[in-house]
Amino acid sequence: MTSTQQKPKTYANDVCMSLENVTISYGNFEAVRNVYIDIPHGQVTAFIGPSGCGKSTVLRALNRMNDLIPGCHLKGRVIFDNYDLYEPHVDPVEVRRRIGMVFQKPNPFPKTIYENIAFGARINGYRGDMDELVERSLRKAAVWDECKDKLQESGLALSGGQQQRLCIARAIATEPEVILMDEPCSALDPISTLKIEETMHELKRSYTIVIVTHNMQQAVRVADMTAFFNAEAVEGGSGKVGYLVEFSETERIFNAPAQQSTQDYVSGRFG
Amino acid sequence: MTTDSSNDAFTLRRRPPLERFLDTGFRQLTLALASVVALLLLGIFLTIAEGAHEAIGTFGAGFLVSSAWDPVNNQYGALVAIYGTMVSSLLALAIAVPLGVGTAIFITEDLIPTRLRSAIGLMVELLAAIPSVVLGLWAIFVMEPAIRPALELLHRLLGWTPFFDTIPQGPGMAPAILILVVMILPIITAISRDALNQVPLELRQAAYGIGSTRWGAIFNIILPAAISAIVGGVMLSLGRAMGETMAVTMIIGNSLNFSFSLLAPGNTISAMLANQFGEASGIQVSALMYAALVLMVLTFIVNVLAQMLVRRFSLRY
Repeated sequence: MTSTQQKPKTYANDVCMSLENVTISYGNFEAVRNVYIDIPHGQVTAFIGPSGCGKSTVLRALNRMNDLIPGCHLKGRVIFDNYDLYEPHVDPVEVRRRIGMVFQKPNPFPKTIYENIAFGARINGYRGDMDELVERSLRKAAVWDECKDKLQESGLALSGGQQQRLCIARAIATEPEVILMDEPCSALDPISTLKIEETMHELKRSYTIVIVTHNMQQAVRVADMTAFFNAEAVEGGSGKVGYLVEFSETERIFNAPAQQSTQDYVSGRFG
Repeated sequence: MTTDSSNDAFTLRRRPPLERFLDTGFRQLTLALASVVALLLLGIFLTIAEGAHEAIGTFGAGFLVSSAWDPVNNQYGALVAIYGTMVSSLLALAIAVPLGVGTAIFITEDLIPTRLRSAIGLMVELLAAIPSVVLGLWAIFVMEPAIRPALELLHRLLGWTPFFDTIPQGPGMAPAILILVVMILPIITAISRDALNQVPLELRQAAYGIGSTRWGAIFNIILPAAISAIVGGVMLSLGRAMGETMAVTMIIGNSLNFSFSLLAPGNTISAMLANQFGEASGIQVSALMYAALVLMVLTFIVNVLAQMLVRRFSLRY
């Protein structure tokens, strides 16, 4: 158990997950089409783009959270650990245990802080010292100092920023390999946001992180790689369909993007 | 104070007296309407207690443990009816709660296609629309003959216990329990379904996001979050089961002899009231009132206990 904790430092171009020609649709409506991304191991990858471009949809596809949405369908392949996550024999529960998620709105369980952490670990068959795991997870999520005296109080008694870090701790406690974050700071104040970003810098030593953000400054601050999504109207269709414009090092996306639309978006000239 | 609009621009707008009157009036009105419920309950309680006064004086607490119900000699004890009420309603709950909550889970948790789900939901609601006298008739002519072989089997296998030691011969406690199940199932299912639907999506996502299995998420998170509303529904249905008169009276056998056996004819307080009130006179009326008072107090106690349980076990989000 403890040995999986220390992952060997990997090379920057070591691929953790890769999306191959992924198209996701809700019913008959295509949300995002033909996405190719290689998410590198042990780094922070950010998805940016205007609302409705499908970046959250793509993120949720990475651990099959879209399965919970009726009518959601994926074409293409999502490769993780040499498996296509959408093969029929793959168990989505197992996928979500290895690829954790932090949501847009802090959503701790209405249980004690201790139980919030212990619940996930327990269902994953953790047999070790639970007190130690709770402390370690809360420390990693940089919320231990605020929580240590009230582990038996409800998780909902914490402030919004603390709740979100509790949710990060909860995700860490199941020992995933990848952590997905869907606009984790959009409901938080700047100070809490900063704390979560610092936490992410710590976390990427042990985990691969994928984050969706509307905040371009945040992408610059935390991400090594950035994918820019955009949406275009489809001929004859009523809605817009999202697509990947460009995926590259964050520095390049923000300073010397290959596409004009990326340039327009990151410099704020976007429509 | 004379006002003109330019002066008032920077002050609070003065509310006209009529608007203020409507506001306070509405508040008083809702208060009055809400009090009506409490007053009604109190009024019913007092009326019944007043009517029961004579029987309480005559029979005292012995009324609760005596099984004599003898209008000729004016000796009354309600044990048969109290036992029948408790056993029939609690066993009906024991069967209907798992069935109803299970159905609710089945039709809310995305286990089957939406169209099938709404079809099942609709059927459950239609079940609630059947008048109880129709259910009673159905119980007499269809259900009871149909289940009698099963009851006879129970008697053969478990006849050595006091609960199955009589031969099933038509009306009895067991068919009454089953018809109660049919009557309370729609209430439990409909309320549980609404309660489960109201569990926030974020909470479900949280559970699934850390790798809960579907059953893990349902039993550890979703059900506990919905439990207080579900228990509310169960309490409503318990009230219905205890108070249900027509169908039960038609199938329970209305026996005045005490028997532990579920296969024997029995009685409930409500069935007894319905059967005897018409031709009762003198202290028998008072004894029936006493029985009704016992029914009210029983319901009240069960409700309070349930509220305490809910407070212990629910997840408040």
